[in-house]
Amino acid sequence: MDRIPILRMGKFLLVTIQIDLYDRLATNLETDLVYMVNKTGARGVLIDISALSIVDSFMGRILGNIGSMARIMDAETVVVGMQPAVAITLVELGLELKGVHTALNVEKGMELLQKKINGLDDEEDEIAANEDSTD
Amino acid sequence: MKQDISKLLQKKKKSILEDWMHLQLADAGLREDLMSNDELREQSAELLDSLLKGINDKTINDFNSDEFAPVYEILSGISISRARQGFSPRETGIFVFSLKDALLKTIVTELSNDQGALLETIVSVNKLLDNLGIVTFETFIKGREEVILRQTDEIAEISTPVIQVWDGILALPIIGTLDSARTQVVMENLLQHIVETGSTIAILDISGVPAVDSLVAQHIIKTVAATRLMGAECIISGIRPEIAQTVVHLGIDLSNIVTKASLASALKHAFAMLRLDVKRIQKEKEK
Amino acid sequence: MKIEKEQDVVPFRNRVKEYAVRIGMSVVNQTKLITAASELVRNMLKYANGGNTIIEVISEGRNSGIRLIFQDKGPGIKDIDLAMKDGFSTGKSLGLGLPGAKRLVNEFEIKSSVGEGTTVSIIKWKNG
Repeated sequence: MDRIPILRMGKFLLVTIQIDLYDRLATNLETDLVYMVNKTGARGVLIDISALSIVDSFMGRILGNIGSMARIMDAETVVVGMQPAVAITLVELGLELKGVHTALNVEKGMELLQKKINGLDDEEDEIAANEDSTD
Repeated sequence: MKQDISKLLQKKKKSILEDWMHLQLADAGLREDLMSNDELREQSAELLDSLLKGINDKTINDFNSDEFAPVYEILSGISISRARQGFSPRETGIFVFSLKDALLKTIVTELSNDQGALLETIVSVNKLLDNLGIVTFETFIKGREEVILRQTDEIAEISTPVIQVWDGILALPIIGTLDSARTQVVMENLLQHIVETGSTIAILDISGVPAVDSLVAQHIIKTVAATRLMGAECIISGIRPEIAQTVVHLGIDLSNIVTKASLASALKHAFAMLRLDVKRIQKEKEK
Repeated sequence: MKIEKEQDVVPFRNRVKEYAVRIGMSVVNQTKLITAASELVRNMLKYANGGNTIIEVISEGRNSGIRLIFQDKGPGIKDIDLAMKDGFSTGKSLGLGLPGAKRLVNEFEIKSSVGEGTTVSIIKWKNG
């Protein structure tokens, strides 16, 4: 059975998506992640999509779902490493990734998660981050 | 009595080439600076060769015949390369039309005893060569157009420079009108640089944009959105008073975007976001 | 190329990509085209249980591009104008599929009749 491996690193969960996902794989990932957040009590989820050459509305929705689901379970989600072409396409498509934060790379994403869960002041939290306007 | 034109011309190929070369070299506009005589001779011989191969009784009146495909190909190649090298249309035209003179000269001498055949052949050869002339100009212009297109691309490339103003801060001054094609280039360029430099803040300076209408604003908002998706923040600077006025009059909502009046204040904001402090002692250029 | 199950989507996207690379399309345009294709294929699977796709390289003057045609024999779309609106969906999706795909390509044409099926044809030019 095909599954995307989820790594646990301290209080965080780490997912690296290495292949182009077909739908079942993506929905599996969504389910698995939510269960893992529950089981491990993780405070942050980091999803690396740098290898993804395509993010369509379905995939975008999955990412948004993961973010929102994790949020109500008290975990923040950061999507890192989006390709420029993917970002341009998403904007053109009219898709904003609501509910997830974004960062340039894994390192910056980790930093961001640390800051988020250490509960720094919201105002100072803009650093290196894409602030969710709904915040 | 009808002579076989192709055989006749084939036989006289050498003298035709000599005549042709002679005519070309005699022209005052000869560009020895752009092309050596040997090269010219080579080109001429190649073209003549393929032309004479293509000519026979059937094809001489049908210049769309497949037999001439290689001729057109060679001729196109020559004219395009001449366009790129900077030959003038006149110089390129002479190349073909002097061939006509050379051919006709041979035909007149060879067929002088048969007026009917002479006339017919001259008309045919004329038509054929005129057609070659048209092809020459068409491809010559095409070659020029390619040069122009390349320059357009280059201008588009140059006109969107991405500058790294600080570790982690990029600036992109936009000068000139922003249309959707340009926005795409700007966006691509900016995002690529963000990835390469790992910058987290991008400043888009629009003080050089003559007018901001709702379409331009849309493009700017898109660029900001894409930057955010990448995980970087985008500041718009260079909002001139006129721009502020039109933006408000048009009812464009820029409230989700950090906007600053000048590049300097945008930079200050960026420093604050990165928690950098600029002190006088450090002799920073920006203040 | 036939699309019957969701596992067909990834190979289809790869095929589209191959063609796009062959005509030298830029990465951004490639991504836009493939994303649009992905949206349309997904629609086809979801509402019509699959269908047929055609990939072809076209050229007009010096510009070349790729045309993708998606044909299905599904229920068809009742109100195309409504379906082309952002945020409209009869399914549970975001409703970005059709209008989003249209924004990503240069030319977009949709024909549909209820009960007979839907045909969508898109063109993405190499430069544009």
